[in-house]
Amino acid sequence: MSILLTNISKRFGQFSALHDINLEIPEGELVALLGPSGCGKTTLLRIIAGLEKADHGRVLLSGEDKTEQHVSHRGIGFVFQHYALFRHMTVFNNVAFGLRVKNRRQRPSEAQIASKVHALLELVQLDWLHDRYPDQLSGGQRQRIALARALAVEPSVLLLDEPFGALDASVRKDLRQWLRNLHHELNVTSIFVTHDQEEAMEVASQVVVLNHGRIEQQGSPSDIYDHPANEFVSGFIGQTNVFTLDAHDAEWLQTTGLQVTQQGAIAHVRPHDIEITKALDSSKATAVLKDWQHLGALIRIELIKNTDNDKKTTLFAEMPNEQFKRLQVNKGDPVDLNIRQAHWFH
Amino acid sequence: MTANTNQPTHTRAYADVLHDPIWVRIGLSGIAIGFIVLFLCIPLALVMVEAFAKGWQAYWSALILPDTQAAMRLTLLTAMATVPLNTFFGIAAAWAITRFEFFGKSLLTTLIDLPFSVSPVISGLIFVLLFGLQGWFGHWLSAHNLKIIFAVPGIVLVTLFITFPFVARELIPLMQEMGSEEEEAALSLGATGWQTFFLITLPNIKWALLYGILLCNARAMGEFGAVSVVSGHIRGLTNTLPLHVEVSYNEYDAVGAFASASILAGLAVVTLVLKTALEWRQGKK
Ligand SMILES: Nc1ncnc2c1ncn2[C@@H]1O[C@H](COP(=O)(O)OP(=O)(O)OP(=O)(O)O)[C@@H](O)[C@H]1O
Ligand SMILES: [Mg+2]
Repeated sequence: MSILLTNISKRFGQFSALHDINLEIPEGELVALLGPSGCGKTTLLRIIAGLEKADHGRVLLSGEDKTEQHVSHRGIGFVFQHYALFRHMTVFNNVAFGLRVKNRRQRPSEAQIASKVHALLELVQLDWLHDRYPDQLSGGQRQRIALARALAVEPSVLLLDEPFGALDASVRKDLRQWLRNLHHELNVTSIFVTHDQEEAMEVASQVVVLNHGRIEQQGSPSDIYDHPANEFVSGFIGQTNVFTLDAHDAEWLQTTGLQVTQQGAIAHVRPHDIEITKALDSSKATAVLKDWQHLGALIRIELIKNTDNDKKTTLFAEMPNEQFKRLQVNKGDPVDLNIRQAHWFH
Repeated sequence: MTANTNQPTHTRAYADVLHDPIWVRIGLSGIAIGFIVLFLCIPLALVMVEAFAKGWQAYWSALILPDTQAAMRLTLLTAMATVPLNTFFGIAAAWAITRFEFFGKSLLTTLIDLPFSVSPVISGLIFVLLFGLQGWFGHWLSAHNLKIIFAVPGIVLVTLFITFPFVARELIPLMQEMGSEEEEAALSLGATGWQTFFLITLPNIKWALLYGILLCNARAMGEFGAVSVVSGHIRGLTNTLPLHVEVSYNEYDAVGAFASASILAGLAVVTLVLKTALEWRQGKK
């Protein structure tokens, strides 16, 4: 089912949580709703689900206006930030709930329910836990049960509120992959909320960046990474070095081979766009190597700008381990920098 | 201090941290236990002793007196009328306060406690002022030949007022702590409002609810002050069990008074046992 939001606004008292949101999500996409804490992600998701009422604007699912429809009739699967499993029910009964509350004509027989629930539990690879209670499960297991429960009623839209928020890093990594595969299998239009840009880029086919209740940019992960629409998006997606172009910075940037005659007052440079070479003439070196850290395959290098004035700010560059070894530089060595490209903002 | 060295290690660890010498601990426990025995156990035992002072026979015949029987029936009737109603009102109020935002919500939350904060006698008087002959509705009521004050409806009404907070006050903190996410999850899975209440909310609050009902019932049966004001003390008609105890006692019918009191005391003990059982149940969850 496709999702279309037009002019959605929401206030809580004086506070404007969402401001004129327009968003179109085609059928079958897996979309990440990305933004810092408190920017309105949950609120937007709840409005789509019908758990919250927007002050203005309309919610259309498959072209049908569902703005006034009650949450129980929207056919939306919602996975809550803190799972919200029914604590007094076993895993099996949790997953069966949505089937059992159907009215008599639509309700499957107990045997059908049982086979469907077991199939779903197998899908999330947790069938062996069917008679446990939620408080006897780990966070990752609860997460997957919550997902199975939402899938039981065959929702046409799946909304996941920070599905991996409460999990540790390694479990998150596994579940991301798993969610992608699952989406591939079921192909149900899905939105998942996250404030982790890496997660958004890795899992989603489309990323929507939200800030202060407004959509900053929407596009494919590579689109957003390579062509950030504004300063906020650029700063939020991945690490950047920020230069404000007063006279000194401009002069310094010139020495790194970057064309400064351009475009704006602020330059964002990604760490991997900074190339490092050993200084030929140490008196004219553009920077001094301060320190480095290993990030797995990459190495992160801390550099200090070599300028006449006091603005000796730190820069970060990244390069593969091997390349760094070939450089043969030590802490305190002068280096020359070559900045390949920057994003310019006003 | 040989007693100290004989103690198991974990209590020793406590003692080391708290630095309470043993005589302080024994002294405080002694005072607490002594107080309980003196002010709770002895009076309760005394009720029994006095009730049976003239033997089983006298006890029994005091209980089967028509006036005593009428008082018991009225007490039961009052409880049966007020407890279900207040269970319903309590759930409704707790639901409204914890699940909705509305104007005047904090006022409502405060008002729920009103019956606890005014003296029961005042509560009774309020009802007399409202429904008594000289009261606001008195004229209209007597014109329509309706009797509330000095009659059973007044007793039920005033008990309803007095016992209103019990259920709501048990439920509100629990439902606040629970949050509404599980209910929202149920709704999003297609459940109706009723299904959500009976399948999700009720199972989660049932022990607290029972606890509230129990306390509500104990008070409904035991209320004296407010009921005394509106009842009129008509023997065999508007005397509840607590009032009957007082009337009998004032008439120097000690066995009658204490026999009725023993019923109330027995009720209190049963309530206490059930309450402990419920608390234990809740603690286990
Ligand atoms: N019921 C409410 N009453 C008042 N303010 C609210 C309410 N719900 C949300 N807000 C406010 O609206 C803003 C957006 O909240 P929301 O829960 O959508 O943020 P979020 O993007 O999901 O944040 P997080 O990543 O921390 O979960 C927040 O500033 C929050 O304080
Ligand atoms: Mg949120």
